[in-house]
Formats: sequence, C-alpha cells, structure tokens
Amino acid sequence: MTVLDPAHTMTPQTYMQQLSRWRALEIAFWLATLLPFWLFPTYLSLASQIAITALFALSLDLILGYAGIVSLGHAAFFGLGAYSAGIFTKFVWGEPFSGLLVAALVAGVVGYASSFIISRFRHLTLIMITLGLGLLLHEAANSASWLTGGSDGLQGVSIQPVFGVFKFDLYGYTAYGYALGILFLCFLFTRHLINSPFGLALRGIRENFTRMPAIGADSRAHIRKVYTISAIIAGIAGGILAQTTETVALEVLSFERSADVLVMLVLGGAGRLYGGLIGAAVFLIARDQFSGINPQYWYFWIGVLLVVVVMLLPNGILGGLSKLTARWRRT
Amino acid sequence: MRSMLYASAAALALACVSTAQAQDTVKIGVILPYSGQFADGAKQMDAGIKLYMKLNGDTVAGKKIEIIRKDVAGPQPPVAKRLAQELVVRDNVDILAGFLLTPNAMAAADISAEAKKFMVIMNAATSIITTKSNYSVRTSFTLPQVSATLGSWAVKNGVKKAYTMVSDYGPGHDAETSFQGAIKASGGEVVGSVRMAVANPDFSAYVQRAKDLNPESIFVFIPGGSQPAAIGKAFAERGVDVSKTKIMGTGELTDDSALANMGDNALGVITAWTYDHNHKSALNEKFVAEYRKDNNGENPNFFVAGGYDGMHLIYEALKKTAGKTDGEALVNAAKGMKWESPRGPMMIDPETRDVVQTIYIRKVEKVGGKLVNVEFDKVENVKDPVKAAMKNN
Repeated sequence: MTVLDPAHTMTPQTYMQQLSRWRALEIAFWLATLLPFWLFPTYLSLASQIAITALFALSLDLILGYAGIVSLGHAAFFGLGAYSAGIFTKFVWGEPFSGLLVAALVAGVVGYASSFIISRFRHLTLIMITLGLGLLLHEAANSASWLTGGSDGLQGVSIQPVFGVFKFDLYGYTAYGYALGILFLCFLFTRHLINSPFGLALRGIRENFTRMPAIGADSRAHIRKVYTISAIIAGIAGGILAQTTETVALEVLSFERSADVLVMLVLGGAGRLYGGLIGAAVFLIARDQFSGINPQYWYFWIGVLLVVVVMLLPNGILGGLSKLTARWRRT
Repeated sequence: MRSMLYASAAALALACVSTAQAQDTVKIGVILPYSGQFADGAKQMDAGIKLYMKLNGDTVAGKKIEIIRKDVAGPQPPVAKRLAQELVVRDNVDILAGFLLTPNAMAAADISAEAKKFMVIMNAATSIITTKSNYSVRTSFTLPQVSATLGSWAVKNGVKKAYTMVSDYGPGHDAETSFQGAIKASGGEVVGSVRMAVANPDFSAYVQRAKDLNPESIFVFIPGGSQPAAIGKAFAERGVDVSKTKIMGTGELTDDSALANMGDNALGVITAWTYDHNHKSALNEKFVAEYRKDNNGENPNFFVAGGYDGMHLIYEALKKTAGKTDGEALVNAAKGMKWESPRGPMMIDPETRDVVQTIYIRKVEKVGGKLVNVEFDKVENVKDPVKAAMKNN
C-alpha cells in the first residue's frame, strides 16, 4: 500500500497526494466503529477498552512500525498518562479534557527527556533501555503509595460529565463515545503525520538508520520528535483509561501491558495505520470470548491464535489481507 | 439521538429483568483471577463456593442459584470494572461476588454502588473496600484485623519490644502500621523496622540487620509462595534462636505449602490467623473431610473458607428476603447476621458490613511427625480496627 512502485513513475507531489487520499474502505471502517452503539449496547465498555488500547497500539506503531524503534516499555507512557490524569482529576478538578491535556503534557515531557537516550541506540540495546525505563516507573509508582495508592490502586477519582452534559453511565455510552472521538482525532493527526515528508523520513530511518543523514535528514532529531509524539499519544490513551474507569492501578505500568500491546501490533500488522487498531480489536475480542467460554484455560487459545497468525501471516492480519487483495487484482 | 439510545437501552434492560424473573433464578457473577499469578487462590475459593453448593443444594427460597464465572487475570481494576459492568447490564446478575484482590474489589464496588447490587467480598483484605459501596459485605478478614490483634496480644503476653520486617507494598505497609500501632497503644516499644523488596529471593541481609539489634521479637509480613521458605532459611542460617527471639507473623507465613518448604525452621513461629484446617470443631472436621474428598486430599485454606462463608451469607440472606434479590433487601438481611462457620463464630457488623470473628494465635509444632499450626490462644469478636478508629475520630 505504501511502497513506491517503480513501474509507475510519478512526481513526488502526486505520490504524496495519493498517499493521503481517503479510501472508501477507510470511511467504511470508521462508520463501522459506530455500530456498537446500536448493535451491541451491552458490549460498550469492552468497545471503549478496545478504543483505548487501539490508541495505545497506534502510538507504538508510530515508533515501531514506522521508525523501527523497538520498545518493550511503552506502558511507561501509558501509565504516566493514566496516573497524571487520575491524580489531576482527584486533586484539582474532574473536567475530562483538561485531565487529558495534563496526561499528554506529562507523558510528552518524560518522552522528550528520554528520547535523547533512545535516539542514540538501536535494536537489542533499545529493548533493554525501554524495558528498564518501564520497570523503573513501575517501581516508582509502587513506592510513592501516598500519591498513587500503591498496590491498592488510586482511589477517589471522580470524573465530571463530558462537555458538562454527558455523564459517564453504567452502560458505557459516554465512555465509548469519548474514547472513540479521541481515538479518531489522534488517528487523523497520525495519518497526516505519516503521509507527510516527515513520515517518509521515518520510514527511511527504519530501512537504513545510517544512510539517512547522507541525504540530509538527521535521524536522531527525527527520532526524538516521533518518540515524543508517540509518548504523548500513549499518555492520552492512559488518561482516557483512568477517566473512564475512575481508578488507576500499578498494572497500567506493567511489563505485561507493554508486551500485550506489542503482540497486538504484530497481530494486526506493524507499519500500517490500521494495524494497531485491528490488532487491538482482534486481541481483546478474542480474549473476551475465550475467557467467557473457559475462565481458566483461555490463554491457551490466545496462544494458538498468535502462532497461527504469525506463521500464516508474517506481516499481520492487514499484511495478509493486502497480499490477498493484490493477488486478486492481478488475476 | 441520545434519548433514543437511552430508550433502547432501558427497553433492553427491562426485557432482561423480566426474563430473569420469569425463570426464577438468582444469578451470581463471580469475578476472580482464574488465570495468571493468582490462579491458585481463585481455584481454591471457587472450590469453596462449589463445596457449599454441593452440601446445601442449588435452590434457595424456591429459586435456582446460577453462577457466572469471569476471569480478571490479575490486579487489573479496569478489567474487573468492565466485567462487573457487563455482568450487570448483559448477564443481569443479582449479586456480585468473589474478589481476591483489593484493586479489583474497589473497581467493582463502583458498579455495585451505581447499580445497587449486593456484593460479597470473599477475600480482598484492605480495610476501606467495604466503604466504597453500601451494598457490599465482606466474609474474609482485614489485614489490620489480624496484625493489630497480634500486636496487642503480644504485649499482653510479655513481649514488650518488637522489630518489624514487611514487604514493601500496600499490604505490607498496612500490616506494619497496624502491628506497630497496636504494640505502641498497648504500652510496648518498636525497636526498629525494615521494608523489604517484594520479589525478594534472599533475606539474609535483612535478617542479619535484625539480629544485630537482638530484639525480643520480630514481626514478619511477606506474601505467600516461595518467600516463607526463603525467610525461614535466612533465620536458621543467621542463627536466630526462636527460644530467645519470638518470630511472629500473619497466617501466610506458615500456611500448608509454606510449612512444607520451611521444614523444621518453622518450629516455634507464632502467627495470628482466621482459619486453619486443624481447627477443632465438629463442623470443621466435616468441612475438611468433604473438601479433601473433592480436591485430591488437599487441605482447605483461608481462600476456601472465604468462598464457603460468602456462599453461606448469600444463601441465608436470600432465605431472609424470601428470594427477593434487590441490593437493599439483601444487604439489610446480611447486616448483623450471625452464624457458625468452619472457622468458628462469625458475624457481619451491622454498621460497617465487615466481618467480626475470632482471631486464633497459633504456634508451629510437630504433631505426629508433621508440622502443624497449633491454636493455643484466641481473641474473640475482633472487629476491623481501622474502621473502628475512623468512627471514633
């Protein structure tokens, strides 16, 4: 989809334009996200958790899928956002959007500060550094129990209605609408970013880190930028989770959350805008269904699903689909 | 459009309510960490629930009891909250139950409060949980209930000075605060304290530091699993003499699996706890025998007792309301309820909706070649001290 086809010569301008054109399938996808309101009103709280996780996966896709920065500690920013929004809501006030701004700000500042280390390393070293950063924050949140509630979780987070009108209800209408709306806005921004010259430079860095400076693009500066943006989006995702569930627990910073989101991205297809979104939906729906059938041994079936997808579709579900459609077009 | 959404939701909810009533069943949604790190505890609690239903039938007050099990996979409050939400709006349960871990119980309590559903906490042991929903009741214990009782018991029985060693996480901090508070309030003295890393395989440095102070007694709180054996080994290696330095702790320190791993290092350790399968009563002997029959000869522990007593509470409350399942009726029926449990006499405090029970003081001894927690003293009618203190302020 996003690979230059040498057979068709076109000017860079028309290529960029073609990248950012909206396809019918995309519009259908976003319309479909509204279906749960009518078709599955009792699944709305699951739907809102999917939207939040999808946003988190989108943030990881930005750095992993496009810039090739491997992270095993991305939950650090998710958790930072969750705790910032939760603590802000508890001690300052409960207006949701200002809470998200605080979450974005805190995650962004920490993301920017750590990006100076991140941009210096690649591959295995990066995995260790991001893992360490994640564990560090987890431990910090555990010891600062006077602020975070430690292992009991942050209590007393009480959120005000969205726009002062829509109260967070038992069915989750507001929670899903809120999470979906913000996911869509962040998606529009990410889409714009990816289909810009900056996005092209990121893909260049992913393919060859050392050659990019030779054509005048400073790899490290680009990585610092995209890493900060990714941290901000992850922080917003965490903030929404804190607000819609009115609690924050240490689990938001856990290694499992970092690992799960990586799995979702790989499942859906890394380096594709919709990869994280599809991956999060498939993973969470499968988990919900399998654990509903058997609360004790459902992890087995998740394992089977992962092995099958990775073996048969090395580029994730979307990678497999686009290969399929390409073959279908040729015949 | 919004009004249309609400209308359709309301219609759906109504439809669910009427079908549930027509079937004359009482649905209980059980939320437990069936998978992951805490799966053992969940399995045991579930076995307690099953045992109660096996012994007492699955019909109460003319209604059939149906259990819907949901896995929360660990301390994940967002998931616990969603599951509680779905149990209420989709499965239309009448009662929420289970809850091994505090953060999950706290998150689900929001739903109990909002949907006015009766909620039975069968393990999670942080004091404040029951204050979050007026429809919640606890049948397990609170950590301060156990450790504060041990503290004041120790001072009354001649231990004036204590050193405390706790794991550095929420429950550890709670145990430390309430034990030290009780020691000081009873006229004793805390000579030192240390907080240890939670996932700690080696305690020798901490034990050495404690030994250097040569304290009269050491209080220990650590999570179960492999840690009791590790700390027992450290005490033995560093030559802490149990006849001179009393080692005290909560029940996790010397539960069945811990004793098996600690071996003779455990001899003489004093613990305070709510339930042990060696408790002498006719009811408990029957309970243990029945449990062993269904669970490969394993002994029931406090998780099993929590689940079993939780089901008893639900059954008795339903009998009192003649099968009525609204949260208000059930919680009122539960308030002040008294019963005889395998662990002894129990009561639900009508003011705090928390459990009031006997705390047993036990010492590890060898009985017939086996290490056993032998009950040698008890403190009756113990209330949760944290909520008692809140009321006095």
